[in-house]
Amino acid sequence: MNPEVVRARVSALLFCFFSLSTVTVLADESLTPRQRELVRMVRQDCGSCHGMTLQGGLGPALLPADLKDKPVEGLAATIYQGRPGTAMPPWQRFLNEAEAQWIAERLMTEFPQ
Amino acid sequence: MKRLRSLLCAAAATLLLAACAGQPLRGTGDLGLIIERASGHVRLVNTSSRQPYARIGGLGDLSHASAVYSRDGRYAYIFGRDGGLTKIDLLEAKIVKRVIQSGNAIGGSISQDGRIVVVQNYTPGGIKAFDAETLDLLSEVPAEYAPGKFSKVVGLADSPGNKFAYALFDGGEIRVTDFSDPKAPKTERYPAGSQPYDGLVTPDGRHFLAGLFGEDGVALLDLWQPEKGARKILENYGRGEQKLPVFKMPHLRGWSVAQGKAYLPAIGRHEILVVDVATWKEVGRIPVRGQPVFVMARPDGRQIWVNFAFPDYGMVDVVDTLAGKVVKQLAPGKGILHMEFTPRGENVWLSARDDNKVVIYDTASFAQVGEIAADNPSGIFFTTRAARIGF
Repeated sequence: MNPEVVRARVSALLFCFFSLSTVTVLADESLTPRQRELVRMVRQDCGSCHGMTLQGGLGPALLPADLKDKPVEGLAATIYQGRPGTAMPPWQRFLNEAEAQWIAERLMTEFPQ
Repeated sequence: MKRLRSLLCAAAATLLLAACAGQPLRGTGDLGLIIERASGHVRLVNTSSRQPYARIGGLGDLSHASAVYSRDGRYAYIFGRDGGLTKIDLLEAKIVKRVIQSGNAIGGSISQDGRIVVVQNYTPGGIKAFDAETLDLLSEVPAEYAPGKFSKVVGLADSPGNKFAYALFDGGEIRVTDFSDPKAPKTERYPAGSQPYDGLVTPDGRHFLAGLFGEDGVALLDLWQPEKGARKILENYGRGEQKLPVFKMPHLRGWSVAQGKAYLPAIGRHEILVVDVATWKEVGRIPVRGQPVFVMARPDGRQIWVNFAFPDYGMVDVVDTLAGKVVKQLAPGKGILHMEFTPRGENVWLSARDDNKVVIYDTASFAQVGEIAADNPSGIFFTTRAARIGF
C-alpha cells in the first residue's frame, strides 16, 4: 500500500477516535453525581422491565421515538407515582419530583449512557 | 510493513499451534457461563477450579439474557434481549453461530430430544423454533390472542414429548405447543388469569405453573391431562391487602420444587408461598426481607436461597426446608441478580452486579470460598441444566 494512503487513513482513524472520545467525556462531565446515579438506576433497575437500552421488555420501550407524542408531565407523574393497574410501580421512595421530571425530559431527548 | 506482517503471521501461527496442541480431552459437566450484561460478553467458567477460563464477546444486548445447553453440555444457546440467538462452543470457547431472530426476546428452551431450540419473543409476540444444530428457522407460532393482537410471551419451558408450555402476559393464556413435527407445530390454548409474568414446568415434567401479576394466584395446568384446563391455586393469597410495589418481576423455574413442596415468590408481599405439590394447597408462608425474585432450591432440596428486587438486592435469605424458616441472612454484595448451584449443591455462585464480581459460597458453612471478577454480571448458567426437564 502507498505510504501516503496509509498515513492518511491512520490519521483519519485517529481523528475519529479522539473526536468520539471527547464527545463521550463531555457528555459524562455535564452530569452531576446525582444525575449519574439516576442514569444508572434507569438503565439498570428500570431496565429490568424496559431493557437496559430502553428498547422495552415486559414494560414499554422508552426511546424518544416511542415517547414523542406523550406529555413530559405525564411521564414524570408515572415515574413518581406509578400507574395503577399496570406493572409500573411508584419510584417516589427513591427520587423527588424534580428528578422524575429530569428523567422524563432526558428520556424524550436522548438518555445518557 | 512487510516485516510487521510476517511477524504477525508467525505469532498467529504459534498461537494456533499452541491452541491445538494444548487442548486435552475433557468433559463439560463442571463448566458453565456468566453473562456480563452491559458489555455483551460471556465468561466461561469451571466449577471445579472455581475459575474462569475464557471470555467471549460480540453477543449484543444481554440485559435479561439466559442460556440453555445442548444435551451433551458442549454448546450453550444464549438468548439476548435484542433478539440475538448465539450458539457457543464451551470446549473451543468460541461462537459457532449467531442469528438475530426477533426484535425483542426474553429467553428460550430446548426440546426433550435436544434437536429444537425454541425462543420466546416480546416483539413480535410469539415463539420460534430453530434447528439446534444449524440455528435454521423451523417454524413459528405467533402469540395472537385476539384478531390482530399479539401478546408478549413469558415462562417458556420444555416438557416431555417435544412440547413447550408458556404463557401470554397480555393474553392471559397458557399455551402448549407440540413440536413433534417441528415444521408443523400444534398449539392448544387454556385461559389462565390476569397477566401471567413467568412460568415453570415441575421437575417431573407433569405440571406447568404460571405466576399471575394481575391477580393474587398461580395458574396450574396438568400436562398429563391438559383437557381439564388450567385452574387457580393460591387464590387470594394477598387477602385483599394493599400490595407492596414490585420493582422487579420474580422469576420462576423448576428449581422451586423441593421435598414435595413448591416454594413460590409472592407478588407484592415479602413472603415465600409454600404449596404441597400433591394437593396443590397452600401449606405455609415464610417471611423474607424483600420482594423475592429467585427462590431456588439447592439440588437436594434442603435449602432454599432467595434474592430480592431493588432496593433490597444486596441481601440473600436462606430457608431450611426442614425448619420451614429462614436460618441464614447474608449480604453477599451489591446488586445480587442471580444464583446458580454447582451440580450437587455444595457451592452456590451469586452475581453481584454492582461489585463487578461473582461470589462463591459454601452452602453448608455459608463461608465465601471464591470470587471471580466479571463486568456487571447477571445470569449464571451451569451445564447441569442440560439434563433437567423444564430448563
